[in-house]
Amino acid sequence: MLEYTPKIREIARGLLEKGTVDVFIGYRKGSVPMMNEPVLVTDPAQTDVLHWDSHCGLNLCNYLTKRTDRIGIVANGCNSRNIVTHIIENQVKREQLYIVGIPCTGMIDHRAVKRAVNGKEIKEVQENKDTFLVIGKDFEEKFAKKDFLQDNCSVCRHRNPVEYDEMVAEPVEEQEAEDVFADVKTIEKMSPSEKQDFFTQLISSCIRCYACRNVCPLCYCPTCFVDESQPQWVGKSIDPVDTMTFHLLRAFHCAGRCTDCGACERVCPVAIPVRQFTKKLNKDTLELFQWEAGLTLEQRPALDVYRVDDYNDFIL
Amino acid sequence: MKGRLFTKKEWDKALRELSKSQKIFVPAKEKDFHNFTVLDNNMEPDFDFQNTRLSPKSIVFPQSERMFEYTLDETSPDAHILKEAPKDFPPQAVVGIRPCDAHAFQIVNVNFDNPEYKDPWWVRRYRATTFVGLGCNEPCSTCFCTSVGGGPFSEKGLDILLHDLGDRFLAKAITEKGIEFLDKIGSGKEASEQTLKKAALEAEAALGKISSSVPTDRLKEKTEIELFDAPFWEKIAFPCINCGTCTYLCPTCWCFDIQDEVFRKEGDRIRNWDSCMFPLFTLHGSGHNPREKKVQRVRQRFMHKLKYYVDKYGNGVACVGCGRCVQFCPVNIDIREVFELMNGY
Ligand code: SF4
Ligand code: SF4
Ligand code: SF4
Ligand code: SF4
Repeated sequence: MLEYTPKIREIARGLLEKGTVDVFIGYRKGSVPMMNEPVLVTDPAQTDVLHWDSHCGLNLCNYLTKRTDRIGIVANGCNSRNIVTHIIENQVKREQLYIVGIPCTGMIDHRAVKRAVNGKEIKEVQENKDTFLVIGKDFEEKFAKKDFLQDNCSVCRHRNPVEYDEMVAEPVEEQEAEDVFADVKTIEKMSPSEKQDFFTQLISSCIRCYACRNVCPLCYCPTCFVDESQPQWVGKSIDPVDTMTFHLLRAFHCAGRCTDCGACERVCPVAIPVRQFTKKLNKDTLELFQWEAGLTLEQRPALDVYRVDDYNDFIL
Repeated sequence: MKGRLFTKKEWDKALRELSKSQKIFVPAKEKDFHNFTVLDNNMEPDFDFQNTRLSPKSIVFPQSERMFEYTLDETSPDAHILKEAPKDFPPQAVVGIRPCDAHAFQIVNVNFDNPEYKDPWWVRRYRATTFVGLGCNEPCSTCFCTSVGGGPFSEKGLDILLHDLGDRFLAKAITEKGIEFLDKIGSGKEASEQTLKKAALEAEAALGKISSSVPTDRLKEKTEIELFDAPFWEKIAFPCINCGTCTYLCPTCWCFDIQDEVFRKEGDRIRNWDSCMFPLFTLHGSGHNPREKKVQRVRQRFMHKLKYYVDKYGNGVACVGCGRCVQFCPVNIDIREVFELMNGY
């Protein structure tokens, strides 16, 4: 996706020069391999810092919340769906935005790459369309990108942006729907105590740094329930019950809103696959309400509207 | 003593033997990374690592620590009286700690153990701990210890320094505590002049492998106000998501929060790591928050490490150059760039 970079710079420069937008939000190349840094550009002469490759796995929609200026922003499939969700939830207005659409071929799983070179230090990763070259002190290895996609990207069915003003390239082919929820189904088959063990084990190394929460554009509450101290809804130590409460409630707050962009999982410093929580709720909203987050500006989300034909087995 | 040599097998065996009588923390592989774990028969220590994902600070300063307990039962004569939570502080050792992380314990120690204030839990645990370092033959490209008063074979904060010589460890005792620990470990043999020379050359070579550096020479001469009002903070702060990754992974971040937790009538007063990156950190009881904005919090983290600490203790910066925040900040805020900006301003 490296080839999108010059086009993004050109569009951003034009927008800032013409005054169509006040600021442009994108990525700049990071200072360590497989890591890029979100950047806000205001000067057309600075647009050459903008960069795009297969390591842009955060969610830039996070930086739109409550802004009041006119903003240019790059958005691939999932990020565009979060922008739609943000608009529906009144966090930003459509008129403020100039969305530069990225047809996405997926993000590279940085942990899988490190595993593939046996944890040896990586000095540089060079991308070349479908392959990438990993360079270390005394090694060079070439890999196919399709074998190293982030888990969410490997099952993504909306790689092209759903809402945009301009595209940087022709849309890419959408992936054939293989079984998106295979992992969730495995967990659903477990007994309650097995599920409890599974999730307890899953989060056992959590340090409650909240990177997963803060990197998520859905988590914009002025004060999160876990931070509230009067009253204290949940303990703040690393007691496993409190940590589990955090994870479960966070996931429920994302129900019908999560686009499975994978940012939460990507950033966890201790590699916890936190999508195992949100994905179950994505599956439920899809099956019970035929709802996928952020596909349209025309319809209210599943959990903030009532339809007579809604699933209501839970009402006694 | 100049140095004792152990084959890795001997070393492993001796550590395991000693672990029966005292707690020993060693690096061990956990998923794709390493962390310090208590040595026991069910685990394999792994000394072939660059650095642990989490710093070893929790060995002396746990993420959550029960300080006091109390009862709200009015019928009890002790109702509402805080009592120190009972615990003991037996000798323990951390084996395989990197020199940067050992240096960090010294930096944090000036905060918890000084003439004005002595933190009772830190002081007792710190004094009960023996620090057995492992020199870095292959530093990472993000390590910049040599710019901030350390080095891949620095002895700062260590009781013993180990040198990995392939199939053997060369152990050099630095303090009395270190000599005692090696005596407990036993065996090993005196290293020959030749081995010592080879080790010294290797340590020298490791210095040359440090590829990152940061400038610090002008931090002291600037006024706090100058740096506080510098124009670059907005730009540095923009991508920050105010998570706890940098501060929780950092070996020199020492801040904590105190919370009460009550179940029925029994209460605990607990202290938990806190982070200057969280809005709650400075929220007053009145509802006022002096560091309400993200840019204020980001500035605080760097000003504390690279300016306030420098001025207050005259002890250098409060960063040991371990590179954890550089590698794991989810949005790639790189402290090396902040050093450049602050020092060059
Ligand atoms: S989830 Fe889809 S759109 Fe988002 S990064 Fe992955 S492949 Fe791209
Ligand atoms: S990012 Fe990881 S360690 Fe941090 S709170 Fe989330 S799951 Fe826990
Ligand atoms: S600097 Fe990076 S690691 Fe630290 S709080 Fe900000 S986003 Fe998190
Ligand atoms: S500030 Fe960063 S590099 Fe410095 S000691 Fe802390 S984690 Fe390591």
